[in-house]
Amino acid sequence: MPLCSPSLSLCGIIISIWGIIQLVLMGFFYKIHSLALSEDLPGLDEGFTNVNEFYAKANSGYSQNAFNCWIAACLYVITLFFSAHQFYLNSRNSISM
Amino acid sequence: MGSLFRSEEMTLCQLFLQTEAAYACVSELGELGLVQFRDLNPDVNAFQRKFVNEVRRCDEMERKLRYLEKEIKKDGIPMLNTGENPEAPQPREMIDLEATFEKLENELREVNHNAEALKRNFLELTELKHILRKTQVFFDEVDQREMYQSAQMTDPSREEEHVTLLGEEGLRAGGQQSLKLGRKMETFCKHPLGTLQLPLHQEGGFHPTESMTRALITDDAIARQPGAGPVQLGFVAGVILRERIPSFERMLWRACRGNVFLRQTEIESALEDPSTGDKVLKSVFIIFFQGDQLKTRVKKICEGFRATLYPCPETPTDRREMAMGVMTRIEDLNTVLGQTQDHRHRVLVAAAKNVKNWFIKVRKIKAIYHTLNLFNLDVTQKCLIAECWVPLPEIESIQLALRRGTERSGSSVPPILNRMETFEAPPTYNRTNKFTVAFQALVDAYGVSSYREVNPTPYTIITFPFLFAVMFGDLGHGFLMFIFAAWMVWKEKPLAAKKTDNEIWNIFFGGRYIVLLMGCFSMYTGLIYNDAFSKSLNIFSSHWRVNYNVTTIQEVADLQLNPSTSDYIGSPYPFGIDPVWQLASNKIVYLNAFKMKISIIFGVLHMLFGVALSYSNHTYFKKPINIYCEFIPQIVFLTFLFFYMVLLMFLKWMIYGPTNPLPTSPACAPSILITFINMVLFKYNVLPLDGCETVFMFGGQAFLQKFLLLVAVICIPWMLLAKPIQIMKKQKKRHELLSNNHVIGENGGAEGVGHMVNANNISHSPPAKPEEEEEELGEMFIHQAIHTIEYVLGSVSHTASYLRLWALSLAHAQLSEVLWTMVLQTGLKSESSVGGVILWAVFAFWAVLTIGILVFMEGLSAFLHTLRLHWVEFQSKFYSGIGYSFTPFSFEIILATASGTGED
Repeated sequence: MPLCSPSLSLCGIIISIWGIIQLVLMGFFYKIHSLALSEDLPGLDEGFTNVNEFYAKANSGYSQNAFNCWIAACLYVITLFFSAHQFYLNSRNSISM
Repeated sequence: MGSLFRSEEMTLCQLFLQTEAAYACVSELGELGLVQFRDLNPDVNAFQRKFVNEVRRCDEMERKLRYLEKEIKKDGIPMLNTGENPEAPQPREMIDLEATFEKLENELREVNHNAEALKRNFLELTELKHILRKTQVFFDEVDQREMYQSAQMTDPSREEEHVTLLGEEGLRAGGQQSLKLGRKMETFCKHPLGTLQLPLHQEGGFHPTESMTRALITDDAIARQPGAGPVQLGFVAGVILRERIPSFERMLWRACRGNVFLRQTEIESALEDPSTGDKVLKSVFIIFFQGDQLKTRVKKICEGFRATLYPCPETPTDRREMAMGVMTRIEDLNTVLGQTQDHRHRVLVAAAKNVKNWFIKVRKIKAIYHTLNLFNLDVTQKCLIAECWVPLPEIESIQLALRRGTERSGSSVPPILNRMETFEAPPTYNRTNKFTVAFQALVDAYGVSSYREVNPTPYTIITFPFLFAVMFGDLGHGFLMFIFAAWMVWKEKPLAAKKTDNEIWNIFFGGRYIVLLMGCFSMYTGLIYNDAFSKSLNIFSSHWRVNYNVTTIQEVADLQLNPSTSDYIGSPYPFGIDPVWQLASNKIVYLNAFKMKISIIFGVLHMLFGVALSYSNHTYFKKPINIYCEFIPQIVFLTFLFFYMVLLMFLKWMIYGPTNPLPTSPACAPSILITFINMVLFKYNVLPLDGCETVFMFGGQAFLQKFLLLVAVICIPWMLLAKPIQIMKKQKKRHELLSNNHVIGENGGAEGVGHMVNANNISHSPPAKPEEEEEELGEMFIHQAIHTIEYVLGSVSHTASYLRLWALSLAHAQLSEVLWTMVLQTGLKSESSVGGVILWAVFAFWAVLTIGILVFMEGLSAFLHTLRLHWVEFQSKFYSGIGYSFTPFSFEIILATASGTGED
C-alpha cells in the first residue's frame, strides 16, 4: 500500500539522488582535507593554546565529517529505494485504476 | 528567406476569387497559413454577412459534436487521436456531415431517454424490494411481541374502566386504539431511535397534547391495558433520502402531535439517481397511524419531503407474493437495461473513432466561411474581392496554393493576385522557430517592433542569459537550473503533447530554451566567481601561499597575505577568482570592487551596442539626417564620458601593481568614481595622496578630460537643435521653390518637392499646408527636446542602473552563504556519528530551501531585473516598438486555440 502521494515520492527520489551525489562528493572532499570546507568542522570554536592540538582536532573533525557525510549518503540510498518503491506502487495503482 | 534581424517584407494584395473557387482557395490558404485577411465590410454586422447561414450551420454541428464528446467522456471511451489533419471538406460534404451528426445525436438522445426511463423504473422496483424486505422485519417484530404479550394478559374486564381514567380527550380519540398504539410505541421504544426521540419531547413539555401522549405510554397504562382488541391501524411505507430523516421525523411528530409512529432502517447499498446519475443513500420508513385525517396529513408530509410511497400489502402472504413479482420484474429490467447500455456503448465507440476528425473538419469549414465573410462581393456577383497582407518572399507559394485551390474546385478562371500600394504600416512578421520564439516573445512583450525595424531578438538570445548569469552566478544553482531545462528540452515532445492548464508550468515550458541558456551561463559565471553553493573549488590550486611560521600563527589573531611578497606567486589563478578568497575576511570588499567594475563595463558596452544598432535603423529607413543629428552626437556623448570611464578602469588594472615602485604602487591608485566625478565637476585642484606625485594616471589626463567633457557638452545642443533647424531650412527652401514653380501646377511641384524631402513615404501625399508645417515644427522641437533630455539623463541613470548586476550578484552570493552556514552547517558540526543522521535530515531541508529560495525566487528576481535591463536600458537606445503583429489566417492556429479552449 502506498504511504506517500505520487508527488511526494517523486520529490523524495529527486532529493535522494541529489543527496547521494552531493554527500558522497562532500565526504570525499572532507577525506582529502579540503580547505574550503574547514569552516564547517566541529569543535574548532574554543581557544587553542597549541597549534598541534588544533591540527589534531581539525584532522579528527575532517575524518568524522567525511564519515558522517557517507552515513547520510547511505541513508539517502535507503530513502531512494523507499521513494522509488512508493513511486512504483503509486504508478501501478494509477494504471490499474 | 527571412531572417531574425528584421521583420519580413510585407505587401498588401488584392485577391479576386471566382465565387465557386473561393471556398477551395481559402481552404488552401488556410493550410498554408501565410496570409492575413483584412475585413472589407467592417460596418456590416455579423448577421448581415453573406455566409452567415453556413457559419450558423457549422456552429450547430459543433454543438452536436460537443454533446457527443461529452457523452463519450462520460462513458470513459478513449477518443482516437491519430494526429492526422484532414483537409477541409467540400461544401457539399457539409450536408453529409450534418446528416451524420443529426442521426447520431437523435439516436443518442433516444437511447439516453430510454435508459433514463428504464433506470427510473428500476429504481422504483429496487426501492419497493427494499421496502418489502425491511417492513417484513418490522411486522415480524410486532407480531412476536403481540403474541408474547397476549399470552401474559389475562384480565380484559378492567379495560373499560381504565379507559375512562385516561381523560376525555383520550376517549374521544378512541382510547382503545390509543392504548394499542401505546403498546406498539413501547415496542419501538426498545429501538434506539425511539428512545432517543422521547426525551427530546419531554424537554419541551409546554405542549399540552405532548404531556397527554406521554401519559398514554407509561408502563403503568400498558400494564393495565392488556389484550386490547384488534385495531384497524393504517400505515404507509416509503423511501426517503437518508439526510432528510431527522427533519422528517421531527416534522411528523410535530404535525401529528405524536400520534404516528415512524420506523426506519437504512438501505445499505447506494442507489443511483436516474436523472443525475449520482449515487444516493436512502432509508426505508414505515409510518403507523390511525384515522383518515392523519393519513392525509402523513401523506402530505411525505410529499413535502420528496419521499416516495409504495403500496405495501397488509398480509404477509400478499407481501411475499408481491416480493416475488418484484424480483422477476427486476430481473427482466436488468436484461433490458444491459442491452440498452450495450447499444449506447456501441454507438459511442463508433463515434469516438471519428469525433476528433470531425471536430477538425467542422472547425475548418467554419473558419473558411468566417473568412469569406470578410470579403467584398463584386458588382456582378461573379467574384469575391479580398485584401490581404502577404510576406513578399512567400508570394510564389501563395500563388501556387491558389492554383491548387482552383484546380480542386474545377473552375477554369484562375484567381488574380494584385499587389497594391498603400500608406498603411504593414504588420510585423518575425519568423521564429521553437528556439527563438521564446526570446521573440520577451521582446514582443515590451512592444511589437515597428515594420522592418531592427529586431533586438538575435542579440537578446546571448545578452539575456549572460546578464542573468552575472546576477545568478553559482555553479550549483546554475547546474540545477540547467538539469531542469535540459529535462524539459529532452522530453519536449511528450511534454508538449500533454496539454495542461497549469499556467506556471506552461510559462516554464514555453521558456525552456531560455532557462537552459540561463543555466549554462550561470554555471560559467559560477566558475568565474568560484562559487558552488557558496563554496569555492580549488581546481588549479591557489596561487597564494601561507609563509607564516607556527609561533606567528599562535600569537597573532589577524594575519594578512601580502601580494607584494612571496605570499603570492606572482601569476593570477588561471580561471576566475582564486579560491583562497573564500576564506578571507575581506572577501566582500574585494568582490564588490571587481563586480561593480564589470557591471559598469558590461553596461556601457551594452548601451553602446544599442546606440550602434540605431545606425542600422537610420540607414535602412534612409534618414541620413538622423545619423548626423542624432546618432553621432549620441555615440560621442556616451563614448567620451562613460566609455572613457571604462577605459580608466582597465588602465587602473594595468598600471598599478603590488610590486611596483611608488608612483604606480597600489597606494597611489586613484578611485575611478572620484576621478569621474571630478572630471564632470571640472575640479582639478585635488591634492594627491601622501607620497604620490599626482592624482592622475597618465600625463595630459587633465587636458584630455577637459576636452572630452567639452565635446560631450557640445553634443547636447547638437542633439537638441540640429535636426529641427535642418528641417526648418529645408521647408523654407521648399516654400521658395513652390512659389517659383507655381506655373508648373500643383501636382508636379508637390511631387518634386516630396522627392527632395523624403524619397520613401511622402512622395504621394499632397503638399502640406503652411499652417500644418508651423505646427509640426513646434511639435518637432518639443519632441527633440524630450528625446535629448531623455538620452542625456538616461545615459547617467542607465549606467548607474547596471549596478544592479553587482547588487543582485552580491545578494545572491550572500544568501547562499547564509543558507549554508545557518542550515547545512548544523548538520556538520556534530562530533559523533549521530551527525550522519542529523545531516540526512538537515540536507533535505537545505535542498528544499535552495530550490525554493535561491533557485526559484532569486532566479525570478534576477530574471525580472534582466528583463528590465533589456527593455529599458538597451532597447530605449534604438527600439520604438510601435508595430502590430502579423496574424495570418491559419488552420493550425485556429485548431490549436479551439482545442485549447475546448479542453477547459
